[in-house]
Amino acid sequence: MEHLTKRYGDLVAVKDVSFEVQRGEVFAFLGPNGSGKSTTIRMLCGILEPTSGHGEVLGFDIVQEAEQLKQHIGYMSQRFALYEDLTVRENLEFYAGAYQVPASGLKRRIDELIAMAGLSGRERQLAAHLSGGWKQRLALGCAFVHQPQLLFLDEPTAGVDPASRRSFWDLIFGLTGTGVTVFMTTHYLDEAEHANRVGMMHNGELRALSTPADLKARYLPGQMLAITCDDPLRGRAVLRQLPGLSQVTLYGKAIQVLARRVDPASVRAALQQNGIGVESIAPMAPTLEDVFLSLTSEGTDDMH
Amino acid sequence: MGGHPPLGTGLRLAESYPPPSASSVANRWHMSWSRLFAVIRKEFIHLLRDRRTLGFVLLAPVMELLLFGYAGNTDVDHLPAIVYDESRTAASRAFAAAFQNSGYFDLQPWAGTRNQALQAIDEGSARVVLVIPPDFGDKLAKGETATVQIVVDGSNPNVAQAALSAGGLIAQDQSAKALGGDTGQGSQNGGRPGIDLRPLVLYNPTLNSAIFIVPGLVGMFVPFQAMLLTALAVVRERERGTLEQLVVTPITSLELMIGKVLPNVLLAFVSMALSLIVARLLFGVGVAGSLLLLLLLTIPFVLGSMGIGLLISVASRTQPQAQQMAQVFILPSFFVSGVLFPRESLPLVLQIVGDLFPTTYFLEIIRGIMLKGVGLTALWPQAMGLTVFSFGMLALAVNRFRKRID
Repeated sequence: MEHLTKRYGDLVAVKDVSFEVQRGEVFAFLGPNGSGKSTTIRMLCGILEPTSGHGEVLGFDIVQEAEQLKQHIGYMSQRFALYEDLTVRENLEFYAGAYQVPASGLKRRIDELIAMAGLSGRERQLAAHLSGGWKQRLALGCAFVHQPQLLFLDEPTAGVDPASRRSFWDLIFGLTGTGVTVFMTTHYLDEAEHANRVGMMHNGELRALSTPADLKARYLPGQMLAITCDDPLRGRAVLRQLPGLSQVTLYGKAIQVLARRVDPASVRAALQQNGIGVESIAPMAPTLEDVFLSLTSEGTDDMH
Repeated sequence: MGGHPPLGTGLRLAESYPPPSASSVANRWHMSWSRLFAVIRKEFIHLLRDRRTLGFVLLAPVMELLLFGYAGNTDVDHLPAIVYDESRTAASRAFAAAFQNSGYFDLQPWAGTRNQALQAIDEGSARVVLVIPPDFGDKLAKGETATVQIVVDGSNPNVAQAALSAGGLIAQDQSAKALGGDTGQGSQNGGRPGIDLRPLVLYNPTLNSAIFIVPGLVGMFVPFQAMLLTALAVVRERERGTLEQLVVTPITSLELMIGKVLPNVLLAFVSMALSLIVARLLFGVGVAGSLLLLLLLTIPFVLGSMGIGLLISVASRTQPQAQQMAQVFILPSFFVSGVLFPRESLPLVLQIVGDLFPTTYFLEIIRGIMLKGVGLTALWPQAMGLTVFSFGMLALAVNRFRKRID
């Protein structure tokens, strides 16, 4: 992909995004709502025309050869687009037909997918009656019915309970194990940790792109500390004044800071000087959330 | 500790609000003006933001008023009429002229045979044929009763009746003149009129109005349904979010269009068949001509309407919007296509508008086949028109129906 841009009138949804995705990896596009992730993924699928720039997916140009491209990719849209008044089986059968899955292997394929999704026995249930987790798995099945080499998943775990989310990731890795490449978007920072590589989107721009570990190393110049003390509110105010500390945020009752050139002892001292008792200062494993905050330099409170 | 004022200062509920009386709390008619205002304000915002609905609500009554006012008059005049004058005397020409001058009839001269003249009624190019026998002039000159036949298209009872009564008046008037002039006596010749106008009503001798209205209604509801169902089928997918998923599959826009249209075509035919059965059983309106031809000619009409439906679906975001747009098409056609009001009586502007609506031609076809029993020979211009229309609409729809989420 090179210099993909999408404008809606005055609104530039995607600014000059360029990147490459390797075969067989799980690539996650991470960012808050409205950062341009869904717009980008739609351009990659050939259903949205970029205002400028070009891209190639599986060797097909996304603008000129969009229709051929669609035969070889699978897409799961943000709203789990399923036909509510069709049953589980009927939904799968429709998409199988849409992708011209040969009639001879059709039944077997659908049975496989139903098993993979864990929906055996629920085949005749109307999609409307499935809960979020089941719908997600059915939608994945529909996207995968023709065994594409590349899967595009747009916010696949949105609104799904944590247990279902975990088993979903098991499914994903089961697929990539067989050589399928997965390109997904998500705003769940903790999930993005599972991906092979992560691209961070903010306000339509691609801010960073690498493996999670590399991102943390590169963009977190310092040590993450978690501090518990008597008066978190006031402690936060104090620490914000302290040079060398950034991203001072409250997390529950603890304060989290990114200590750049300051060691824990100095932090303790600063707090005690202001009459705040310190219970503990412990190093924290950095998360992608910290990377994201650092990149966007917003450092606001109460974001999780 | 910055931030929160301790609760309890300044906020003494009992003093800020009057204590609710037992009756007002229990009384379900109790209203809070601020709550009410919040709802009213929100509703106004909804209304004003939905430009399409707003436009429709404001313009629709105006449009209806215009149409009703200009088109919806039941006066009948300027009926295309043919004079088949076998007498060709001064007297017969004067008689014919009287019809022209009345304003009710627009006379066309005729050079063909009597049967060809009657065929004009079949084809719909004339509503009335005046047949003046060869002995008209002679009989008048001799003071005997001359008969003239007035053949009237009975498929529209209103028009037929108007034609008959107008014709009758004119004939009486002419008759009195002829008598007065001939005998030279200033007295009325009581009893036998000088000119006897014999009526012949074609197709609908009993002037049963159902015979006229029913095919008209069928011709109007079928396209409306076709248009609406097709539009809704697509817009529903957009509303549900499944359109995006469809667009990403290899399904081509042509396949999508045809796939959406075909079941609705079947449905349209079933509904038309039901209407025809009801028309037959309850109103006694059967199909005088070829049912097969009727169904065949319905196909381009239905397909064209569905093309319009697809175009509507491209322009609509929600189902109610699609419904409104379909109504915008149907409402004028009710007035200018001749469903209820004869087209000849419309002001010229509206007649031209009516020429643009395919419903006009379809109505001529359906009435032609059901009431007059005519075939393709009489109806081929309308058939051609419909076929052109349907191909045009479908081509336009294919052009505009793109597989993009934009």
